[in-house]
Amino acid sequence: MTEAAAAVETVYRAESRRVFATLVRMLGDFDLAEEALHDAFRAALEQWPREGVPANPRAWLVSAGRFKAIDGIRRNRRFTPLDDVAELVEAIPDERAEIDAEGIEDDRLRLIFTCCHPALALDAQVALTLREVCGLTTEEIARAFLSAAPTLAQRIVRAKTKIRDARIPYEVPEPRERAERLDAVLRVIYLVFNEGYSASSGDSVTRVDLSAEAIRIGRLLVQLLPDPEADGLLALMLLQESRRAARTSADGEIVVLDEQDRTRWNRDQIAEGSALVERSLASRRIGPYALQAAIAAVHANAATAADTDWAEIVGLYDVLMRLAPSSVVELNRAVAVAMRDGPAAGVALIEALLARGELDEYHLAHAARADLYRRLGRADDARAAYERALALARQAPERRFLARRLAALPQ
Amino acid sequence: MKYLCLVYLDERRLDEVPDRECMACGDALRASGHMVAGEALEGVHTATTVRVRNGKVAVTDGPFAETKEQLAGFYMIDARDLNEAIQIASKIPPARVGSIEVRPVRQLDVARGLEPAHVSHAGAP
Repeated sequence: MTEAAAAVETVYRAESRRVFATLVRMLGDFDLAEEALHDAFRAALEQWPREGVPANPRAWLVSAGRFKAIDGIRRNRRFTPLDDVAELVEAIPDERAEIDAEGIEDDRLRLIFTCCHPALALDAQVALTLREVCGLTTEEIARAFLSAAPTLAQRIVRAKTKIRDARIPYEVPEPRERAERLDAVLRVIYLVFNEGYSASSGDSVTRVDLSAEAIRIGRLLVQLLPDPEADGLLALMLLQESRRAARTSADGEIVVLDEQDRTRWNRDQIAEGSALVERSLASRRIGPYALQAAIAAVHANAATAADTDWAEIVGLYDVLMRLAPSSVVELNRAVAVAMRDGPAAGVALIEALLARGELDEYHLAHAARADLYRRLGRADDARAAYERALALARQAPERRFLARRLAALPQ
Repeated sequence: MKYLCLVYLDERRLDEVPDRECMACGDALRASGHMVAGEALEGVHTATTVRVRNGKVAVTDGPFAETKEQLAGFYMIDARDLNEAIQIASKIPPARVGSIEVRPVRQLDVARGLEPAHVSHAGAP
């Protein structure tokens, strides 16, 4: 490959999404922007070998994309009323006014907020974000979610149609709506992360690593929009990701937290995540992601399972229950209480939860209960609870894990 | 761009939204230049539904569909974009008790419905 072609590829990897984000703002249309992006890079491949790599490649590409788009609009004027052409071209901002570093930074933020707009269906937000912010292809997204590519393609087309027809604006929300809109963005990112978290590692060769993409978007968000909950989410993802190598055995079997080989935990991610937790909590605007991250940090910073500060964890769950109560949080708190006060205390809490009719269909509630019965020597209760958990669990590694626990009970 | 805000409400909760609040909302929208039109509607017990099938006019008592929340009124607003329309809709008093459907107004197209079905938004995403 020639030097110029290599340069184009490097720039593509580093800058194509930023160029795209700016083109979307200038042209007001995702599809136009995508065509303009490809035209711009095609032009780069033709011209950079002759003229050399420009001093500011990003600005060059935005300019080239804009030029090609205007050219395209004018050439298609046969199909568009003349008034509309003039209007379309006039609406495209003058490039001198637009190409400054700050404008381009905000464009990626605009893109994230637009793709995660609550007026779009949640699965559409996820697909659109992965496509337009991360630059994944429709096929890559479909494979990652184990869906059919045409279904995903349709979903993306519908989302873009709604953006156009309902006129969802391409902008960063005003401060007064910022908190809610940011919640929507964080929800999408965490959904993508969890989808990657539970993916079977066997397919990872051909499937895009969704957890890595989620962390990438999370980093971008923290960089562009300093916010304690954005920090909290990134911290949570890093801390959960730090255990990736340790949470499955060589045979692909689940290894629970207290049995994991902590030397296999990623210390860099733990350090980064812990620092983000501290920064988030220091802001005094404490949110649910930051609290969950703080809990993960307590685990991450315990040298061994026995060193875990369960009292601290219970305390954090108490705050989380006040801020964002849910049955699952209550369950997790009960497990922590069992570690701090003994299995009987935890059992009482979980049984009360189930007695209220909550989480009866949730396999982890029964698995947690079973484990506590086992520790209390209540083998028959443990057996019944493991069997219920097994009946509800759907993922193969979890089912195998539960079956092993069941088989290990004294007869 | 014009948006229609359709106000849906469970009629049993009408008392929670006093008329004077709705009047104030209308006044505010007129003052800000967003209001194009807006009216409250009589209760759903006054509704009549008209359909013409095979040249015959069929008139039935009641709304077009029985739902828990019923159409209580509408505002036609002029807003810059969906975000502004959502902001306006969120201030409509019944929003805190019922639902406001926000939908852009479409310009009628003289050619539409005459030519064979033309897929205008097809293509790769």
